[in-house]
Amino acid sequence: MTRVVEGKNIVRDYHVGGGLFTGPRTVHAVKDVSFNVDKGKTLAIVGESGSGKSTLARIITLIDPATAGELFIDGKKVDIAKSGLSKEMRRKVQIVFQNPYGSLNPRQKIGDVLGEPLLINTDKPAAERRDLAMKMLKKVGLGHEHYNRYPHMFSGGQRQRIAIARALMVNPSLLVLDEPVSALDLSVQAQVLNLLADLQDEFQLTYVFISHDLSVVRYIADDVMVMYLGEAVEYGSRDEVFADPKHSYTRTLFAATPRADVASIKARLAKKKAA
Amino acid sequence: MSLLEIKNLTVSFDTAAGPFMAVQGIDLSIEPREVLAIVGESGSGKSVSMLAVMGLLPNTATVKADRMAFDGIDLLKLSPSERRKIVGKDISMIFQEPIASLNPCFTAGFQIEEVLRFHMGMDRAQRRARAIELMKLVGIADPELRLGSFPHQMSGGQCQRIMIAIAIACNPKLLIADEPTTALDVTIQKQILDLLVSLQAKYGMGLIMITHNMGVVAETADRVIVQYKGRKMEEADVLSLFQSPKSNYTRALLSALPENAVGDRLPTVSDMLFEPAPSGASA
Repeated sequence: MTRVVEGKNIVRDYHVGGGLFTGPRTVHAVKDVSFNVDKGKTLAIVGESGSGKSTLARIITLIDPATAGELFIDGKKVDIAKSGLSKEMRRKVQIVFQNPYGSLNPRQKIGDVLGEPLLINTDKPAAERRDLAMKMLKKVGLGHEHYNRYPHMFSGGQRQRIAIARALMVNPSLLVLDEPVSALDLSVQAQVLNLLADLQDEFQLTYVFISHDLSVVRYIADDVMVMYLGEAVEYGSRDEVFADPKHSYTRTLFAATPRADVASIKARLAKKKAA
Repeated sequence: MSLLEIKNLTVSFDTAAGPFMAVQGIDLSIEPREVLAIVGESGSGKSVSMLAVMGLLPNTATVKADRMAFDGIDLLKLSPSERRKIVGKDISMIFQEPIASLNPCFTAGFQIEEVLRFHMGMDRAQRRARAIELMKLVGIADPELRLGSFPHQMSGGQCQRIMIAIAIACNPKLLIADEPTTALDVTIQKQILDLLVSLQAKYGMGLIMITHNMGVVAETADRVIVQYKGRKMEEADVLSLFQSPKSNYTRALLSALPENAVGDRLPTVSDMLFEPAPSGASA
């Protein structure tokens, strides 16, 4: 099994410059986090807002450099702070953001949205870019007729399909998904999760899936990492983490997740009657 | 007598392409001390029907109903100024984005006291005492200090607590919560839901929870209305809704929950819902 991404003791500090009355200080966004994901697997990172999960996503996507620690992509050490980012590396890692309304340029037609990663990262001619974009539209469940439309003509779920299609245009080996279904309705969420599972099978994709929704994580993940205040407080296979959470924060998180099964409704109603 | 009774509510918006029907013939009633959940996806008209009750819709909206009565008062016949005396006092509402729904220019204390001044006519000392009492009630530590805090100085959970304090300031008979926890983390969501349900029980309010989250419904509601594209698909008490959903749409929604996945594919709503005809739903 090949290892697609590996992080060793990743640290990310942000220095906040002082204002008129306050001195500068350092925010430790990610503290000493290690992880690895094998080809074709999904690592889910769970945490609340401010837990550092999106910062970690930015580091893995090679948008932000880590302050300390080592990051390996396909076995090769990458340090964008020192050596910059090669086109080859950009091709290997792609990201899908949370809000499909904010992540597409409203003035760009879908065809251009999909062609742009190829234009920037490869030297394919225009006709080939167009062909590949058409094929990708089909793969994510859209049609050729959508090629010349603008983002505002699509629903949230369709836009998220477009964002996924754009990320896949350059055949990445690793796809970072930063809360890809949080902004979507339940029924659309199910469609997008199915699409992600199909694409993973077809292209042997590796996912890093950021989420705060435990039921989604339980459905999609192979490994789970729980982050709290910048630290990875729990890391293990999905079944381990869900069956026997070790850290008290993980247990709090599980207890807080609303349960929609008949047994827990019965228990709640019985408790209410007694009160 | 029902606390709120709505018969055949229709809301349409005038758009460039002609009228758009956001709500089409919804019947709804809630008893005192009851928790009613209205569930639906975006565009199902769940918020619009409640905004119509509050009279908060823009001028482009046309509200029609056979009956819309709160506590025996016909809301359709009230003048705007008469309605303002009820809205915010006997019926109050909290919204999805706590930080956006507070005024950033005024302190939390000022915004709580504003309602007390307008509806209760309290003097300065009474208002301050009541505001501190309310903040304690919604679980804000150091209420004396927090009275002087601006919304940006507080977290999302704290802002939502302030919103709840404003909403319950005049002991309303009916509280409408429009996606009160959607913008919050799960651990905070749990705290806010527990707070709402405990306040509802303590003061015997009617509570309408508008949500798209089936988990929130399961944790709070007595009775549930499922809406889809402006129509009511199903109405049932919470246990029978989850145990034996009657309409295809409810069944589809429940099976799209990731925790109900069978095998490695999730059934989607379109797999099950070929004809979203309201005739299939039981009213």
